Amino acid sequence: MATDSHVIDPHDHDTKGHGGHHELEEDWSGGKNVFDVSYGKLMMWYFLLSDAFTFAGFLIAYGSIRFSSPSWPVPDFVFQTAPFNNLGLGHEVPLPLIFVTFMSFLLIISSVTMVRAVQEGHKENKNGVVFWMFLTIIGGAGFLGCQAWEWSNLIGVEKMTVTTDPFGTHTTSGEYLDHDGNRSGETFEVGDSYLIHMIGASHGDDHGDGHAEVHYDKPGDFPGALVDEKGYIHKKFIADDGTRGYAEFGPIAFGSLFFFITGFHGFHVLSGVVFLIIIMLNAASGVYVDRKNGYEMVEKIGLYWHFVDLVWVFVFLVFYLL
Amino acid sequence: MANTDSAAAIKAVYVGMFILGAVTLIEVGISLYGKGHLGAAPTSTFMLGLVGFLLIALSLYKAYFIIFKFMHMGHEVRGLKLTVLLPVLLLVWAVIAFFHEGNSYKERRETIYERNELPADAKKQTGQLIKELPEIKKEH
Repeated sequence: MATDSHVIDPHDHDTKGHGGHHELEEDWSGGKNVFDVSYGKLMMWYFLLSDAFTFAGFLIAYGSIRFSSPSWPVPDFVFQTAPFNNLGLGHEVPLPLIFVTFMSFLLIISSVTMVRAVQEGHKENKNGVVFWMFLTIIGGAGFLGCQAWEWSNLIGVEKMTVTTDPFGTHTTSGEYLDHDGNRSGETFEVGDSYLIHMIGASHGDDHGDGHAEVHYDKPGDFPGALVDEKGYIHKKFIADDGTRGYAEFGPIAFGSLFFFITGFHGFHVLSGVVFLIIIMLNAASGVYVDRKNGYEMVEKIGLYWHFVDLVWVFVFLVFYLL
Repeated sequence: MANTDSAAAIKAVYVGMFILGAVTLIEVGISLYGKGHLGAAPTSTFMLGLVGFLLIALSLYKAYFIIFKFMHMGHEVRGLKLTVLLPVLLLVWAVIAFFHEGNSYKERRETIYERNELPADAKKQTGQLIKELPEIKKEH
């Protein structure tokens, strides 16, 4: 570290009694780093603190809006798809949370390789630093690729937008009507989730309620469904108490909260990958060898990278687990 | 600073990876159980509350592990720890206040729906300041 030879162990203050107070004053007399870390590392901690408040603001907004909504899309229904035709099992097999668990593992592993890079830095081992940073970048890029697939599936296939949430929840139990307006025999319970399909969309994943889009090709009020101007097919049903209704959209804020919060996190991952690449190239070119400070830049980007993993712990919790 | 015994430090990192991975798997298992994918879905308030509590507790443990082991907060001096960690406590109140607000809004929204169903009688409404608009005299 950049401290001079007179390093004060903060734990001594507790044991030395009045002497500790005297040394504390000396700490602030200038010329040394009070917190036993360099300016850059300390400021990275404070930046991360401020960033934590930004994310906390978003997540608390998510929480309070979710609390204020009568129903909320069930995560393991919304996030039950995976690439490659659901990993070769076919779309009729739901894989709740499997893909996003894989994404979590990618971030955990890239955090571990980052710690290894920092450790090699302390040993002034240039090749070790570059090797482990390279693996970290692979992990981060892999996470971004997974998120790109997740987003494109939600936007392109399941037709979720910032203002439209096609994932709804039944508030009554009942039975769907078929396209002639008769009871179809397809029943549902209170709390069951559904995906509202769109005209002409080739939903690879039928989410368990049949291929409604086959029977409708234009907006209008049909015996079996109400098709709105945007082409979303709201299937009609008869509730158990005899009242008729149609499948409505889920809470309007779900799409914007999901895209903005996971997007903001993904942007942190993206910028983290960019900085990792820059610092890896610097390390490879030998810039940090002469500084002889244990590759402190690697330590700083390491703090940032772990923070990205830390935020994901909470994004994972509120969007996918709860 | 960090552990000088580098072999032990390296081993600790991989143990950390195992712990984080295992906790994540347990979390996913608990979440799927809570939604009824592993056996029957729990219906009692106690079990649903327990599922939520465990998920939040395990996530907080993961956060603690990342901050103190991977980010080496455990090795920093006390002043640095306090200046970074204490402000986070402000969020505790933010969570309580905003979630309470959200919940209260849901309850009031239901009341508003109910009142909208009641037959309206404008003359009897209380709290209505402007009963009739005053006539505006057009002078030109």
